[in-house]
Amino acid sequence: MTRLAPKHQRLILAAVALLALTGAGLGGAYALRSQASYFYLPAQMLADPPASDRSVRLGGMVEAGSIQKQADGVTIAFTVTDQHGARVPVRYAGIVPDLFVENSGVVAEGRLLPGGVFEADNLLAKHDENYVPRELQDMHKEQGGAALVTGGPQT
Amino acid sequence: MHGFANPRRFLRLARWLTPATLITGLVLAGGAFVWGLTQVPPDRLLGETVRIMFVHVPAAWLGMGGWLGLTSAGIALLVWRHPLAAIAGRAIALPGLVFTVICLVTGSIWGRPSWGTWWEWDGRLTSMLVLAFLYLGYIALSDAYAKAGTTMRVPAIFAIVGAVNLPIINRSVVWWNSLHQPASITVGKNAIDGAYLAPLLVAAVGCACLFAAATLMRMRALLAEAQMDARLRRQALEAAPTLLREHA
Repeated sequence: MTRLAPKHQRLILAAVALLALTGAGLGGAYALRSQASYFYLPAQMLADPPASDRSVRLGGMVEAGSIQKQADGVTIAFTVTDQHGARVPVRYAGIVPDLFVENSGVVAEGRLLPGGVFEADNLLAKHDENYVPRELQDMHKEQGGAALVTGGPQT
Repeated sequence: MHGFANPRRFLRLARWLTPATLITGLVLAGGAFVWGLTQVPPDRLLGETVRIMFVHVPAAWLGMGGWLGLTSAGIALLVWRHPLAAIAGRAIALPGLVFTVICLVTGSIWGRPSWGTWWEWDGRLTSMLVLAFLYLGYIALSDAYAKAGTTMRVPAIFAIVGAVNLPIINRSVVWWNSLHQPASITVGKNAIDGAYLAPLLVAAVGCACLFAAATLMRMRALLAEAQMDARLRRQALEAAPTLLREHA
């Protein structure tokens, strides 16, 4: 067997080290996907409901036509849904962020009450990956085309 | 690459490349920022705040690209013992940190009106903050080794180990439920309208030129510093016997 030049030995060592490290990072990140997640999807929350005294986050899409203003004027009720079709009703009293609209992403911080209603004490809006000027969006609507990539929450 | 093992040849190239990248970068980035601030229509949801993208996204790319540069310099140092690798690493680290901090700050300013929060311990945000801390660690480590005058092998290993964070930043919005949206531009897919994409790409190229200019300037400064140190040391050695004789 011929011996490799020291330079090539070092090159192979560095390549193996780099591969092992990035592989370890990717593997670790992949293994953490349920722990490092920032929120529960509705399907995850329904499958394994958190205790009602635990503060958790619920994230998903605001269901179309589900936002209802309550009689007191500050409380709103809406439904968070995901691509699996799971739905969780949410109640929130306070100021909503600008991006909080129907058919858009939302992250609610709060607790899941025993009745199955999620009581939020903070709402964060989630933006999707699409960037479209207002005028163009209207144009898409007029044409009735779904030219936008509809970005759902990633699982 | 090995043609530049001779610092003099590198310096000859850097002498004209520095002003070239600096001027190109200033023109492209400045033009793209003005373009993005004044000529681009508001986004359907984000409204006027979409203009932050033209600073935020190039800064994020270059913050990560800078660490890729540190890793390459580290490998060049460890494998080929390239004489310029240590200086390149030290030169890249500071602009890399600056772009990472710009990304974090503009992201925070963007997050307040759009998401409703300045900061959340979300996977993408946290891994990007870790990148900033890695840069700080690399700068402290390489400065200490440079001051001691020993080999720069430990900072190079640190740079390679730190590269573990890059795939985590990339996957953080795909594998973990995150507040930050997934990437708009991936292989074979683009979800950014042309009205935003054009100034974004020009801004990215411009900022990359500015990154290159800053790196070249720092490399020249570090080489000059090393040269000055060597000259002072030589002078001290030459002066030493005379001094001894005078004291005798």
